[in-house]
Amino acid sequence: MSRLASLTTGDELPEQTYTVTRADLVRYAGASGDFNPIHWSDRVAGTVGLPGVIAHGMYTLALAARALDTWAGGPGHVRELGAKFTKPVVVPDDETGIEVVVRGTVKNITDEGVQVALEVTSGGEKVLGLPRAVLHA
Amino acid sequence: MAVDASLAGRSFPPTEPYEVSRERLLEFARATGSTYDGGAAPATFPIVVAFAAMTALMEDPSVGISLHRVVHGEQRFTYTRPVRAGDRLSAALSVDTLRQIGGADIIGTRSEITDADGLPVCTAFATLVHRGEDA
Repeated sequence: MSRLASLTTGDELPEQTYTVTRADLVRYAGASGDFNPIHWSDRVAGTVGLPGVIAHGMYTLALAARALDTWAGGPGHVRELGAKFTKPVVVPDDETGIEVVVRGTVKNITDEGVQVALEVTSGGEKVLGLPRAVLHA
Repeated sequence: MAVDASLAGRSFPPTEPYEVSRERLLEFARATGSTYDGGAAPATFPIVVAFAAMTALMEDPSVGISLHRVVHGEQRFTYTRPVRAGDRLSAALSVDTLRQIGGADIIGTRSEITDADGLPVCTAFATLVHRGEDA
């Protein structure tokens, strides 16, 4: 059952906080087939000027999709989803990892669906540019 | 070395069909902490199929892209329907736009993802930033 019917323009959707660890990135590499070493090797990340291993941009976008599923009441409601990868999420080599926070605001409701403006931050800074989605019942 | 201007407007053959299994969807959902209940795949799962098409583009010697200089700048999906286990998906990539900014090639790609019947499932738009040698 979709929760979308109860939404109105201007609604702030409940903030979702996710923790990302190195182990998550290894699992994601395997699941997605993206084995770029900047997502698992500090050495390689350093050679291209990064401060350390970074999360796949698509991993961060997947977390945005996870929040959308939560707000919609389950999977299968995303009609559109997109963002620019503006700032890398550096994931420390420890048990704690780093937090990514996903917020959403209902911008408009049309026949096409519910337009959601997202804000995805880590350490208080936006990590995705203009993340947006459309949800459909 | 910039990529050739003739890349804009080029279309590439569809990727080999990718058979979506329940296990692959579970693995992807677990990796991202998402829910997979046997129905719709996690929304970003089609990147797996689109990624194959993008890799083929980047490895095509006639295109002139150096893989290690490519950054994924932007990604957008529009869905006709969710992906489900049992789908056999192919991605056909086209280069929609090509711009040069500050010594980098900004390559706008569109991958049309279709099922075994050739029906549309999802369109994946990716912007690839190919940094020049001195950038």
